[in-house]
Amino acid sequence: MKDAFGIPQSLLILGGTSEIALATARRLIVRRTRTVWLAGRPSPALEQAAEQLRGMGADVRTVAFDALDSESHETVLGKVFAEGDVDMVLLAFGVLGDQARDENEPLSAVRVAQTNYTGAVSAGLVCARALQTQGHGSLVVLSSVAGERARRSNFIYGSSKAGLDAFAQGLGDALHGTGVHVMVVRPGFVRTRMTAGLPQAPLATTPEAVATAVETGLRRRSETVWVPGALRLVMAALRHAPRAVFRRLPI
Amino acid sequence: MGAGEIEVLCTLTDATVTVMPADTVSVTGWGRTAPTTARLVHPCTYEEAAAAVRGWGTRGGIPRGLGRAYGDAAQNAGGAVLDMTGLDRIHAIDVDGGTVLCDAGVSLHRLMEVLLPLGWFVPVTPGTRYVTVGGAIGADIHGKNHHVSGSFARHVLSFELLTADGGIRTVGRGTPLFDATAGGMGLTGVILTATVRLQPVATSLMSVDTERAADLDDLMARLTATDHRYRYSVAWIDLLARGTSMGRSVLTRGDHAPLDALPARARRHPLAFRPGQFPSAPAFLPEGLLGRTTVGLFNELWYRKAPRARAGELQKISTFFHPLDGVPHWNRVYGRGGFVQYQFVVGYGQEEALRRIVQRISVRRCPSFLAVLKRFGEGDPGWLSFPMPGWTLALDIPANLPGLGTFLDELDEEVAAADGRVYLAKDARLRPELLAEMYPRLGEFQSLRRELDPRGVFTSDLSRRLGL
Repeated sequence: MKDAFGIPQSLLILGGTSEIALATARRLIVRRTRTVWLAGRPSPALEQAAEQLRGMGADVRTVAFDALDSESHETVLGKVFAEGDVDMVLLAFGVLGDQARDENEPLSAVRVAQTNYTGAVSAGLVCARALQTQGHGSLVVLSSVAGERARRSNFIYGSSKAGLDAFAQGLGDALHGTGVHVMVVRPGFVRTRMTAGLPQAPLATTPEAVATAVETGLRRRSETVWVPGALRLVMAALRHAPRAVFRRLPI
Repeated sequence: MGAGEIEVLCTLTDATVTVMPADTVSVTGWGRTAPTTARLVHPCTYEEAAAAVRGWGTRGGIPRGLGRAYGDAAQNAGGAVLDMTGLDRIHAIDVDGGTVLCDAGVSLHRLMEVLLPLGWFVPVTPGTRYVTVGGAIGADIHGKNHHVSGSFARHVLSFELLTADGGIRTVGRGTPLFDATAGGMGLTGVILTATVRLQPVATSLMSVDTERAADLDDLMARLTATDHRYRYSVAWIDLLARGTSMGRSVLTRGDHAPLDALPARARRHPLAFRPGQFPSAPAFLPEGLLGRTTVGLFNELWYRKAPRARAGELQKISTFFHPLDGVPHWNRVYGRGGFVQYQFVVGYGQEEALRRIVQRISVRRCPSFLAVLKRFGEGDPGWLSFPMPGWTLALDIPANLPGLGTFLDELDEEVAAADGRVYLAKDARLRPELLAEMYPRLGEFQSLRRELDPRGVFTSDLSRRLGL
């Protein structure tokens, strides 16, 4: 169960090698979390992540999960929920893709969309139903500022996150009053493996900062969390910029 | 008395199943933190309650009274919550002997309304009248008279318990099931009726002595020296005061006023019970109303307005015991984020630990305006009963205060190291590992539960969170 401050005792991470997710897990383990499920494609990195969290005293199990294989989600995630209540699901999988290449290779662009959006739709719905059955829990969805308004420089990734973001908001409204809390987290540029080598954007942040913001959001039962918080204002302005202006912005 | 009812209870059959109103709602404790959803079932008869318990699925259920437990004791995510307030009959009052047999859903407020005109008072009342008899036993509540009268269960002669198998047992004092249920947070079964011994009173007014204590040491010295002279004793403590005035307090202690203490006019209706009420707190209040500035200001005024020393002031029962009941839904003043109540006890001889904790709270500037310190008397045999001889401090803190979780964890460590414990009826955040340290009879409680309720029919968010 979550405590009065929204800190979960059990955590399921979809996308078990995500740096943001693991930073969040570390933070929550220090507070209350004892059981952690890391769902992801089986890999040494996944096992290594599990080992690291075990070292902090948590009971960590890995589960083979592929965002692209939507048909398996029901079975794979069903098994996790059958083992006991999950107080928080962190939907953290996603790929950035390579905008320049993806524009020329529609199939790899579709892969980005399928991972970030359709994969999240099926996994999100499966988890939402399970959380609703247990009558409590938080579904934390890692969206992105890129989804707030699609930019020329990464609109394939951005559009997939826009879909995910809209889906998660709607799901949150659908689950309002069911005891399940859906929180959309919109980080800006986060310095991780995924963004390594990319030019750093203004207001760049770290996985640890996102983890802190998630913990605060849980305590406040927030529905939307921006990291850093200043992005809320920046994006409010950018969202209303005329197309002709927005197109020319160096972002 | 009451033999007739008990006969009927024991011959319940499955044939009396009726359709009960039930709705799926979001439930929280009085602190309004960690809401979860459950099916709220409203039984109006024992048969309906028994049928409900037999029909509970894998996620079980838990009885709930008036929802005054601060944390998650009376909520059950995804399962059922049995709203006991529909079982609210007072069956028999022994006016000569001073006992009452009533349903578990009867509130202490109702008992006062009925019993005071007869010259009787509830044996123990907490800071609110709006708790049920069942809840009072389940949390083994205490009041300002704990140093004299012990906790509520000490005055309970017997009760009827609806257990996980759907059967009803009469449970008398001195049995393991009695001791597991007193303070057992509703996890041994549903209390249906209880027989409670009452306190005789000559009037419905209180004779109250008020005095100020300049700091924590002064307060502890005064309480230690003169508490035994009073039936009721409590100290409001200003936890925002720092430096030399750290722990400054206002002591209010007293007893039921004798008839001759009343002025002539009041003597005409010495047992009248007229609590009076203000309008409710509005449903939506912004957060942060109770910050350091406002609470600091309030505390300053509250301390200054108290007389340095005043003896024999006559106060209404509601003023002395239940000042907050005057504002229905006062818990809303903390806004949407809700609040956490932290109450712990450390034994006599652990005054240093108490001092350290008060200092930490004061240094950290926790905005708490409802902090009280009290001396407990002997504990009672309830396995998970909270009170034990020592000092208890209770305080309210807005749940949104950054870093509060970690801070309270640190206080828990201090409390556990001093062989103290925190109160489960108020808890919403204890680290589960500390529970066994704080409640040495937890193992017995768990094994009785395994035996009596192998399928875990009685389950609450509290029991899930702490592994009770």
